[in-house]
Amino acid sequence: MKVLVGVKRVIDYNVRPRVKADGSGVDLANVKMSMNPFDEIAVEEAVRLKEKGVASEIVVVSVGPAKAVDTLRTALAMGADRGILVQTDEPVEPLAVAKLFHAIAQEEAPGLVILGKQAIDDDSNQTGQMLAALWGRGQGTFASAVAIEGDAVTVTREVDGGLETLKLSLPAVVTTDLRLNEPRFASLPNIMKARSKPVATKAPADFGVDITPRLKTLSVAEPAPRKAGVKVESVDALVEKLKELGVA
Amino acid sequence: MIDREEMHYDVVVVGGGPAGLSCAIRLKQFSPDLAVCVLEKGSEIGAHILSGAVVDPRALDELLPDWRDLDCPLAATPVTDNWHWVLGKGKHRALPHAIMPRFMSNEGCYTASLGNLCRWLAAQAEALGVEIFPGFPAAELLYDEAGALRGVRTGDMGLDREGNPRPDFQPGMDLLARYTVLAEGARGHLSKQAIARFDLARDCQPQIYGLGIKELWDIKPENHVPGRVIHTQGWPLSESGSWGGGFLYHQAEGQVALGFVTALDYKNPYVSPYEEFQRWKQHPSIRAIIEGGKRVAYGARVINEGGWQSVPHLAFPGGVLVGCAAGFVNVPRIKGSHTAMKSGMLAAEALAPAVAQDRRGDALEDYETALRSSWIADELKLVQNAQPMVAKFGGGLGTVLAGADMWARSLLGFGIARPMAHHSDAKATGRADLYKPIAYPKPDGVISFDRLTNVAFSATNHDEDEPCHLKLADPAVPVNVNLKLYAGPEARYCPAGVYEFLGEGAETRLQINAQNCVHCKTCDIKDPTGNITWVTPQGGEGPNYPNM
Repeated sequence: MKVLVGVKRVIDYNVRPRVKADGSGVDLANVKMSMNPFDEIAVEEAVRLKEKGVASEIVVVSVGPAKAVDTLRTALAMGADRGILVQTDEPVEPLAVAKLFHAIAQEEAPGLVILGKQAIDDDSNQTGQMLAALWGRGQGTFASAVAIEGDAVTVTREVDGGLETLKLSLPAVVTTDLRLNEPRFASLPNIMKARSKPVATKAPADFGVDITPRLKTLSVAEPAPRKAGVKVESVDALVEKLKELGVA
Repeated sequence: MIDREEMHYDVVVVGGGPAGLSCAIRLKQFSPDLAVCVLEKGSEIGAHILSGAVVDPRALDELLPDWRDLDCPLAATPVTDNWHWVLGKGKHRALPHAIMPRFMSNEGCYTASLGNLCRWLAAQAEALGVEIFPGFPAAELLYDEAGALRGVRTGDMGLDREGNPRPDFQPGMDLLARYTVLAEGARGHLSKQAIARFDLARDCQPQIYGLGIKELWDIKPENHVPGRVIHTQGWPLSESGSWGGGFLYHQAEGQVALGFVTALDYKNPYVSPYEEFQRWKQHPSIRAIIEGGKRVAYGARVINEGGWQSVPHLAFPGGVLVGCAAGFVNVPRIKGSHTAMKSGMLAAEALAPAVAQDRRGDALEDYETALRSSWIADELKLVQNAQPMVAKFGGGLGTVLAGADMWARSLLGFGIARPMAHHSDAKATGRADLYKPIAYPKPDGVISFDRLTNVAFSATNHDEDEPCHLKLADPAVPVNVNLKLYAGPEARYCPAGVYEFLGEGAETRLQINAQNCVHCKTCDIKDPTGNITWVTPQGGEGPNYPNM
């Protein structure tokens, strides 16, 4: 079974995003970028399926700038087999990405598509769901456990009240949650090997997809700084304060 | 026994800073077929680089003469305006240019982020076929039976707090080489071991250091003068009889890089280099420039201040020291990137022929000879008494004498004193009962900030479940010696708030918040009894500096 995995190049989770002075977006010049952590979990899950003999080939796909090839190489170093870079310097919205993945899924005919539940830069949490709808396949989102049984996949989902277990016919779309697995560190020899694994570079137009944004960003601003708290002397003073603020 | 993989190279370079990258580039320029790799502990090249920086392009002109046409970020901002201020409380006096030797003028220099220069150098190196591995620290030195260095072992990944393998354990591997270049920067942890093992410091003075703490600010456009560089001395360190100074460089994109270097030979254990920096920013002459602006990054790193007389032997069986791992900083010019790069290039010029002769594991004396007769030596000998004059005679008279010595050396060819000695920074620390605590002002959250808020702006990160990378030789020393005799100086000198004394009376203990560490190496230097050893944490951890 072929597994298709999406990986996005995002601002590193350790970095404090800095809003551009003109409010047009987040400044990414010289900022450390890395693979979206949920996508790392997706790659890890695919590699584990391959190690179990369930998956036969892992294809990783990224939509983004030329530099996103580094993100694909990281996935290849973790154990994926080949990469597809859909290269564009334009901003891409979840719908455009879902359409591209749909086109690639039709071409590659994977048995399973694993995506991160959301990217930590725009937090959209839409691509997996949109892809499942476009492709007409089942979706198992927020997965904390994935098991393949014959031509179906059992997905344990993290939902508000606890866990929900779904059984989907393959092919299907699974999106990963934090507790699904702990991604491995890529070893040096695997990083070396990843450099010679194939990566195909495509353009959105090659798939006949129009990626023009449907949304317009009006402005980006940092959250207002938190106001300093007040220390109260006694319980009475606290109650007094709360009443003053209208919360008690 | 862990089964470790091996990889073989002609040359392994430890550290992706200006020295290591210049060495790698020079090697490939000489012999394109050499197998060269560069190990870097940071998550990417530049992530752990912190400098002012005003860069003298002399070495870069030799290494890549057409760098100005190759989109090099250094080219953006030439120094146009150079000031040296002596700060008093609330005022400043500019030293006339005429009284300073010409090499102090910063003419022909550029101000930029050294991290970005390294990112650019890395791209040049990769284009020449150098293999660069960010996120892989060299954790151990490996020796052959004859005792020569034969390579390094990268750090293990995925060990838990107690040092046991976790499910994601990934053993480090052995990178073996004919020669290993130690380019770790100031107080490299492997360089320290090599210097001890091969007794490389037998003929030199002890190395001494300053702690540089830096912030990057976006400032108001009307205050920004691209290319203006300002250095200060005097206040606030003059109040505690310590030495050091500030810098403020107007760089590209409306940013200023500003920072403060405190010489680590300070005696008063109550001195906090971090608080001195925050206080310095409140000086009206500095505050006026940054007011209305926004701090965007923070970091810290030690800088070598020993000068020429502290340069150890550079070649040993199987390896060489280059850059700040050896220590080629020109202290009065506060510049070491150009000498670091040049030393890397000189090492390469000795390494390439040695590899061509199929040699391995010997000491490359040719490199040491070439370096000691290069322009690095000329430049550093000229200024070698500047730091010791100040250390001995204080900021006022010392500066005058240092100036006189530099003038005499430039004009007459000899100084007013013979090369002077240094004393180790750790031993300089005085007993707390001989000094008064310093009351530092509270941060206002606008110009000055508390330590932990600033640490967040270094984007540093360490796994919570890994062995602590700050090793105590004797766990009783922090409380029984440091706290008792020296009032616990580690709580003040660490610019990242790693060391914290918790509890009271008999319950007092030292808490090490290793996750905060910004890899500056101060604790490895300034601990009064040398009880703290800095080792590499997991690869890719530590600060993530954008353009420091």
